Amino acid sequence: MQTDGMMQRPSIHQNMQNMQNMTQDMAEQEQDSRPHSERANRPAPRIMDRSRRIARSRSTKAFRVLGSLAAGLILLMILCLQLGTEYIGLQRMVDLILRALRQGDWGRESIGTTGMILFHVRLPRILLSVIVGASLASVGVVLQALLRNPLADPYVVGVSSGASLGAALAILFGIGTSFLALTALPLCAFAGGLLSLVLVYRLGATQGRLSIHSLLLAGVILNAIFSALIMFSTLLMDPNRSFGLMAWLMGTLTLQVSPGLTVLLVYILVGLALLLTQLRSLNLMTLGEESARACGVDTERVKKRLFVTAALVTGAVVSVSGMIGFVGMVVPHAVRLLFGADHRLLFPASALVGGMALLLADTAARTLLAPTEIPVGIVTALAGGPLFLYLLLWRKDRLA
Amino acid sequence: MNDGPHNRDVVAADRRSLLATDDGRPMSSMPIYEVRSLSLSYPANNPDGLLWAVRELSFDIQSGEFVGIVGPNGSGKTSLLKLLGKVLRPKTGTIRLRGRDLATIPQNEVARTVAMVPQESLQVFPFTVLETVLMGRHPHHGSTWRDGFSWENEEDLDIAMEAMEATDVAHLSDRAVADLSGGERQRCLIARALAQAPQVLLLDEPTAFLDLPHQIDISALLRRLTDRQGLTLLLISHDLNLAGQYADRMLMMKEGALFAAGTTEDVIRPDILKAVYGCEVLVDRHPESGRPRVTLPAWTRRPT
Repeated sequence: MQTDGMMQRPSIHQNMQNMQNMTQDMAEQEQDSRPHSERANRPAPRIMDRSRRIARSRSTKAFRVLGSLAAGLILLMILCLQLGTEYIGLQRMVDLILRALRQGDWGRESIGTTGMILFHVRLPRILLSVIVGASLASVGVVLQALLRNPLADPYVVGVSSGASLGAALAILFGIGTSFLALTALPLCAFAGGLLSLVLVYRLGATQGRLSIHSLLLAGVILNAIFSALIMFSTLLMDPNRSFGLMAWLMGTLTLQVSPGLTVLLVYILVGLALLLTQLRSLNLMTLGEESARACGVDTERVKKRLFVTAALVTGAVVSVSGMIGFVGMVVPHAVRLLFGADHRLLFPASALVGGMALLLADTAARTLLAPTEIPVGIVTALAGGPLFLYLLLWRKDRLA
Repeated sequence: MNDGPHNRDVVAADRRSLLATDDGRPMSSMPIYEVRSLSLSYPANNPDGLLWAVRELSFDIQSGEFVGIVGPNGSGKTSLLKLLGKVLRPKTGTIRLRGRDLATIPQNEVARTVAMVPQESLQVFPFTVLETVLMGRHPHHGSTWRDGFSWENEEDLDIAMEAMEATDVAHLSDRAVADLSGGERQRCLIARALAQAPQVLLLDEPTAFLDLPHQIDISALLRRLTDRQGLTLLLISHDLNLAGQYADRMLMMKEGALFAAGTTEDVIRPDILKAVYGCEVLVDRHPESGRPRVTLPAWTRRPT
């Protein structure tokens, strides 16, 4: 059997059948036609047993971890639905849902003010914070693998501010709030994010690995340049609009326009789904481009895909929620410590934990000083910043 | 075990008959590598503006050969190996792998035929030994969207475990590679290359960090891979004796070009060593194999 001049490897089941059916002689002849590691000596039953056990334990581990994280996320969402300026208990929530279902109407007439708060204010916001948190953590995972640096994060590296600049320029030139505008805004942010991502990568990651110092330096400088440009663009806007822009820049999950959520979701889901198809390559990219290529990864193609999808997701997130920092750094870091470095588990687990983390941060943001709201970006910076410093100062040996 | 050239030829001939090339020529007349006027340069701060890492190299590698590549630091050995593994692109010249232009073969197809053991590898994230070795199975998986996140199957694990046993890292399988010693990490990289189930193995200083018993183990393993399984091996080593004892043929490089090629007897000669390395060494014979053996003089003399 031949494909592209390469030999097809018979499946393990065929091998086992062969073993039973053939005489020793024939089995040896058969062995010579196969690539070396099998031909050398057939794996001992001991090895085959262990392989089966490990193969099973690897997939059950992934299943169990992701299952429990998903359950945790749902529980947390239910808990956070209850919290707010007015506490709404579980019993009342169930009552409201049943009433709305019975009457087939989710308007004020059937569920009252409490129901409106629950389903039209809190629920969309909770969904948004989960989606944004999941996206930020996922992009963090990708950036860390791509830059081979466990401290990378869309905010630290300057991708978020690049995306913000794109969005700010779009607003400056009067993109408006039509449906078309809501579709185009994430694309402008995407362009800005892609620009800064390519710049950061160019600054050194091609020569093996971007050192932690040059990475942070590149991030600081990009952030400074982009912030200056954003500030400049607010000068040119009318004061009302620039005030809104400043509030948005601090990172907020107050949803202004609800069609935005649908548009955002489409961009993010497409981006995350595309990233999902690259996880195995992502594992290899962490070993450096040369090693990845030696193991059969078409690094140029994979890199392009990762740049584009990471910038797309960041752009979509930033255009709705502004700059929310540190979620993309802290969450993958913690998940890696708990569940290991393999991206096939790390990526989805980080997404789930990222959703939980931002949900918690946002619940704190809207309840701590209620009725005043703290921009959620301030909460994540105050919680994540010190952690970042700790990692930088005390775990330097593992990072540099 | 009856190792030796005779046994190897039989196996190699058997393999060749099973493989045909694209243009239908039988394998027997076809070298596995045909390298023609291969050059690679880097931008540099000198009058030419270029630093030639590899200059006008031409040679063939036969299937099943064990080739040792030696030469001083900076003579282009590692660059040559990376070119052969399609990790670097040549500036000019061509490499043909089993008759096909390497530049036109997709990366994952190259990696199914050619595996590389790098000198060192980045270890930023806490991958375990097993996870690292399983990465060698990457080229054997498709590139459809589902393969992006599917787990390795039992067959992949069988092959990985076997490779780990062969290089004596099976007992480390759940340890993080970053926490291993240099020698253990090197054996793990060899296991990853074996897990690719390649027909060509490119090794860059595979024994540099190994202690004595593991040096013997790995050398014996390499010899076994060519003798019994018909693998083609290209090995870079600073240890002239290691390369000289095991290799069928040696390539001596100097300043990016091929200085000498041939059997150990042809290459390990005092005059050649003097011309390439610029220092005098003692060359006698290995008491067991009878092959030339290099010993450093009791004091180091430099030509004036």
